[in-house]
Amino acid sequence: MGIKILTEHINVPGIETLEVYRKHGGYRSVEKALKTMTPDEVVEEVKTSGLRGRGGAGFPTGMKWSFLAKPEGVPRYLVCNADESEPGTFKDRVFMQKNPHALIEGMITSSYALGANTSYIYIRGELMFVLRILEKAIAEAYAAGLLGKNIMGSGYDLDLHVAPGGGAYICGEETALLESLEGKRGNPRNKPPFPAVKGLFASPTVVNNVESIASVPWIVNNGGAEYAKIGVGRSTGTKLISASGNINNPGVYEIELGVPVEEFIYSDEYCGGILKGKQLKAVVPGGSSVPILPANLILKTAAGEDRLMTYESLSDGGFVSGSMLGSGAFIVFDEDQCIVRNTWNYARFYHHESCGQCSPCREGTGWMEKVLHRIEHGHGHQQDIDLLVSVAKQIEGNTICPLGDAAAWPVASAVRHFRDEFEWHIKHPQEATLPGAVYRGQLETITA
Amino acid sequence: MLTQEEIHQIEHEISLVPSKKAACIEALKVVQQHRGWVSDEDLKDTAVLLDMSPDELDSVATFYNLIFRRQVGRNVILLCDSISCWVMGYEGLREHLMQKLSIKYGETTPDGRFTLLPNVCLGTCDCAPALMVGNDLYQNVTPEQLDDILSKYN
Ligand SMILES: NC(=O)C1=CN([C@@H]2O[C@H](COP(=O)(O)OP(=O)(O)OC[C@H]3O[C@@H](n4cnc5c(N)ncnc54)[C@H](O)[C@@H]3O)[C@@H](O)[C@H]2O)C=CC1
Ligand SMILES: Cc1cc2nc3c(=O)[nH]c(=O)nc-3n(C[C@H](O)[C@H](O)[C@H](O)COP(=O)(O)O)c2cc1C
Ligand code: SF4
Ligand code: FES
Repeated sequence: MGIKILTEHINVPGIETLEVYRKHGGYRSVEKALKTMTPDEVVEEVKTSGLRGRGGAGFPTGMKWSFLAKPEGVPRYLVCNADESEPGTFKDRVFMQKNPHALIEGMITSSYALGANTSYIYIRGELMFVLRILEKAIAEAYAAGLLGKNIMGSGYDLDLHVAPGGGAYICGEETALLESLEGKRGNPRNKPPFPAVKGLFASPTVVNNVESIASVPWIVNNGGAEYAKIGVGRSTGTKLISASGNINNPGVYEIELGVPVEEFIYSDEYCGGILKGKQLKAVVPGGSSVPILPANLILKTAAGEDRLMTYESLSDGGFVSGSMLGSGAFIVFDEDQCIVRNTWNYARFYHHESCGQCSPCREGTGWMEKVLHRIEHGHGHQQDIDLLVSVAKQIEGNTICPLGDAAAWPVASAVRHFRDEFEWHIKHPQEATLPGAVYRGQLETITA
Repeated sequence: MLTQEEIHQIEHEISLVPSKKAACIEALKVVQQHRGWVSDEDLKDTAVLLDMSPDELDSVATFYNLIFRRQVGRNVILLCDSISCWVMGYEGLREHLMQKLSIKYGETTPDGRFTLLPNVCLGTCDCAPALMVGNDLYQNVTPEQLDDILSKYN
């Protein structure tokens, strides 16, 4: 059992109440930071910790905080990104639902570090039941003087609001989120300027994922150097992984970064192996927007080293033979899963969720969906495979926000690693469209 | 015509943000909460309160999946059709729902009881397949359980 920073008390009965939360050491970081540290000292600890953004991009949190512009007389904001809509990702939802005060504590300590007096938690609109849990906890915190004016007699003021989204995946992209908070369509903005310079209502703003913010109290309490001791290399600390798909124990796991992928899939402490003892076929390790890897390449890198659950190891090999840790949504496919069919599901999702601002994304996602639909339903042509690759290439890097890339990578990687399966669909349309039909020709090589 | 209560709630939302416009998504939600959906007429009335043109407000309204610009039933069913539910039995649920309610996606039962919509990942992929009815989340749903679930809603 590794160290638990985020989930140590998550199953304590009543932890969602202020009383129980405080009994288990809750809000200590607020007291420590506000009474004994300057805001800059808090930022320094977070820098030292090496904590990287848990929303998917892995950008160093302390560095982002130190980039925050501080013009005189202009307010600064902290916005917590709780939009979590990436298929396969559910860690933030579970965390907020079970332990809402842990996020609020992180919001207070982090807002203090950034000099923000108003902060927001932007939560996806489908999760009204989680929003109510947060609102209740926030009300308790106000009543106890942990929010509002002159928190704990420190002279520091903070107002914390929860804002529900309207049901749009793209609003998880930080600039689209800010547009939405301003009451507009969630169309991503061009970056730079980054939100740290020009964010909410044109003021300097830090946007951070739920898990990033929730990691801050431990760092303040124990010191950034202690945090940096956990993990491997530049992947410091612990990470919440949302595990789903064809496994025995789907759920949220807090791992020390560096656990071998093989252990994560097969150990009873985590996924507990493949459902019904079947063969592992493929894994999407970081949410639907990262490349898929066949069994052989998820367990070992192309160079034959054990693949670890770290930012670096999962991306080893680049797009040729690697993937990404992303938001930590680990989706497992067994031997009965059809890659073409599942890739079509992703493509349909991205087509639906494209905001439509850039033509490569708007047109390209629609095109990929159409071609994949055609192949899956037995009407594919041999040229379609190269067409998919070429459309993906034309989207990649040519759009305002990374949703375009996120749509292109799963398709490009599926074709790269499972080309035979696509060809089989095209050459044997009748067989391939029988209910439950799956190509097994490649299984032997990828599970060897 | 918006009711006094709706106007009051919208004005409260406006008071929380730096400009009237910034309250527009919340204002639309207020209307929807009272009426189930946002009609053209309600949209026009709301736009006046926000100093926006109806077109401008509509472009925001249509962007968001959870703001309904067409009449929906008393209970909206959101069925997750994303990847983890997709591999864990989504199709069986969809077939069963469509058969049982005799409607397709985007349709409402003739008695106005249910509207059926597909939804992107509901953030509970460890308990797939999943669906929501109104604000209630249901996890690990089997076709057999559907009858029970639906019977809770009038
Ligand atoms: N959690 C989820 O549900 C989802 C997560 N994602 C993830 O999102 C990632 C892409 O996110 P982006 O925000 O577009 O990535 P990004 O790399 O542009 O930015 C990451 C963070 O660092 C900040 N940043 C980067 N350079 C900066 C600079 N020079 N100065 C100040 N701040 C700077 C950005 O403002 C942002 O907060 C993908 O890698 C994907 O894994 C994508 C979809 C859904
Ligand atoms: C299409 C898209 C959707 C995203 N959705 C989320 C999300 O739901 N939650 C999240 O924290 N970050 C999401 N991100 C990443 C954010 O833009 C941003 O990088 C993140 O919130 C920064 O926080 P972090 O540094 O703490 O990770 C998304 C990015 C893209 C391109
Ligand atoms: S890449 Fe797609 S989602 Fe992102 S801004 Fe362009 S059109 Fe919108
Ligand atoms: S894929 Fe259905 S809840 Fe996530």
